[in-house]
Amino acid sequence: MSTRMIIETKDLTQIYGMGDARVAALDGVSISVYEGEFVAIMGPSGSGKSTLMNILGCLSRPTSGEYFLDNEDVSDLDKIELAAIRNKKIGYIFQSYNLLSRTTALDNVVLPLQYDRETERTTEEREEMAVKVLEMVGLGDRMQHQPQELSGGQQQRVAIARALVNEPVLIMADEPTGNLDSKSGAEIMDLLHRLHSEGATIVMVTHDPEIATYTQRTIHLRDGKIDKVISNGKKAAK
Amino acid sequence: MKSSEVFNIAWAAILKNKVRSLLTMLGIIIGVAAVIVMVAISAGTEAAISEQITSLGSNLVFVQSNFKRGGAGGGIPEGGLVYDDAAAIAENVEGVSGVVVEQSATETIKANGVVLDSVTLLGSTADFPSVRDMDLSDGRYFNELEVDRKQKVAVLGATLAEELFGEADPIGQDITVGTTRLVVIGILEEKGLVGDVDYDQRLYLPITVVLDKFTQSQFARIMGDRVKLIYVEINEDANLDDTILQIQLLLSKLHDVSLDEPDFSVTTQQDIIGTQEATTAAFRSLLGWVAGVSLIVGGIGIMNIMLVSVTERTREIGIRQSIGATPSDIRWQFLTEALLLSLVGGLIGVIFGIGGAWIFGSVSEMRTVIVTESILLAFGSAALVGAFFGYYPANKAAELDPIEALRHE
Ligand SMILES: Nc1ncnc2c1ncn2[C@@H]1O[C@H](COP(=O)(O)OP(=O)(O)O)[C@@H](O)[C@H]1O
Ligand SMILES: [Mg+2]
Repeated sequence: MSTRMIIETKDLTQIYGMGDARVAALDGVSISVYEGEFVAIMGPSGSGKSTLMNILGCLSRPTSGEYFLDNEDVSDLDKIELAAIRNKKIGYIFQSYNLLSRTTALDNVVLPLQYDRETERTTEEREEMAVKVLEMVGLGDRMQHQPQELSGGQQQRVAIARALVNEPVLIMADEPTGNLDSKSGAEIMDLLHRLHSEGATIVMVTHDPEIATYTQRTIHLRDGKIDKVISNGKKAAK
Repeated sequence: MKSSEVFNIAWAAILKNKVRSLLTMLGIIIGVAAVIVMVAISAGTEAAISEQITSLGSNLVFVQSNFKRGGAGGGIPEGGLVYDDAAAIAENVEGVSGVVVEQSATETIKANGVVLDSVTLLGSTADFPSVRDMDLSDGRYFNELEVDRKQKVAVLGATLAEELFGEADPIGQDITVGTTRLVVIGILEEKGLVGDVDYDQRLYLPITVVLDKFTQSQFARIMGDRVKLIYVEINEDANLDDTILQIQLLLSKLHDVSLDEPDFSVTTQQDIIGTQEATTAAFRSLLGWVAGVSLIVGGIGIMNIMLVSVTERTREIGIRQSIGATPSDIRWQFLTEALLLSLVGGLIGVIFGIGGAWIFGSVSEMRTVIVTESILLAFGSAALVGAFFGYYPANKAAELDPIEALRHE
């Protein structure tokens, strides 16, 4: 296993509300995720999974604690710097796909490249990159389709292509199969598994212990704290 | 994000809701069109007025009576201009090329078997055609000798000639005015309406004849040979101010009044045009305010719809933020949309404004002159309004929290 640390958090704490209404959604969470790891986060509703995903995905900042993403301290960055980190280093896969409606698969996948202000690319170069990842997820023949013309599984694959196009160091997946039937769900998990075997680092929230078996490690949260960490023998273990 | 991409997103958003976009633009369209049409009308009116005033004759000076009310209980006016003043000006003032006195009256006239009631008789001196820029289409105007001798001669306005004689040649024909018979010696060319006076409907007579025969009213007896107005034509190369001063000195000496308290006043054409311009300028600035208010109303409409649009597209904003859009990316996207709405609205307004001014000018009596500055001003204001009223919604979108935005249904 690589020793490059992609995620390292120390005592991440997220407090919502004040006084009596004070809730510690996260209470001193310290985790490490190495390059190439596939990690699942599980826990009952309200245990802090979404809060942790939002912080790890640089969509919000913790109340206290430190977060190093790819060895860069991102716990104190401003909105603009966080936007750049999300664009360059993180690819999101949501439960509800979150594609732009009435926008073709190709244009959806090009979008992260358009918001990349560090790398100069022509429109043709961008489209070329988008076409490549769409072909990789098996949608080479659906590029001009809009989300409403695609099945749920196909939409999620467009979302995966969009997450991959900027070659991020971390892929965040929040219940990626939650809206899918078991067959398309299995296809999506196979795709994530393939990405993992090609070296991608993936953190995924799931409710389904079956799905969690695709991963190497499962972090269980309870009341904002790490309850237990279970190593999976990769699909084999049950 | 490239500006062309921002433009494409904004344009697509506008096209997505065509009817709503059009309704949003309505305020701007009306505001811009209103500015252009109103300015075209006021510029047209101004041009028409100054043309009419100069068509009365070039280098014209108007000397008017300022009657003083008589002493205790007497309503009888004192002072003012008299008929002889005209001759005095012509003789004594340098740089004067013509002097005309007018006295009008109303009479029934008969000729060629036709009877016309209430025709305006205009008594004048011989310089009238040159001073007032009137040409004759046939015959001649009366001369000084005929004025002095109270000769019973008449010149017909163009319309009057046609109404009385039709196709026949009126020159040398008899015409009966009241009970006095006169001979037609000339016909004036068509002049049209100047102000609200129809110069073609009048009968032109020597002023001496009018004073003698047709102003036997109570008023005339009181007024005697007083006149209200003397037209003085100044030579092209004469100094206008100098000539006016000479007239003032001469008249104050003749009337035995001081220059500080004269019983007459002297106005030039420039004074009259200036007054007219001041009036239309005031009118125009009023229109400017009206148009400005409608542009602001249009701007509020844009702000309203942009706020709705930001709410509707909250999730889209969240998606864009999650894949790396910065606050300024989002701000620009919505600001561009607001600007585009106002600019397209402005453009449609310009087209309607030009078309409206043109149609208005061709179907109504009024003249319209499309002023380029008004187009630029209206279009520029529309852009400004879009930027101003678009900023608040755009900023609201930019400040959205990505997590809240993504959670939005
Ligand atoms: N924006 C918020 N404001 C206040 N409380 C919140 C907010 N988000 C989450 N919480 C609270 O924090 C706790 C953890 O929530 P969350 O991270 O959504 O849990 P999970 O995703 O595991 O269900 C819950 O008690 C929830 O009510
Ligand atoms: Mg949750």
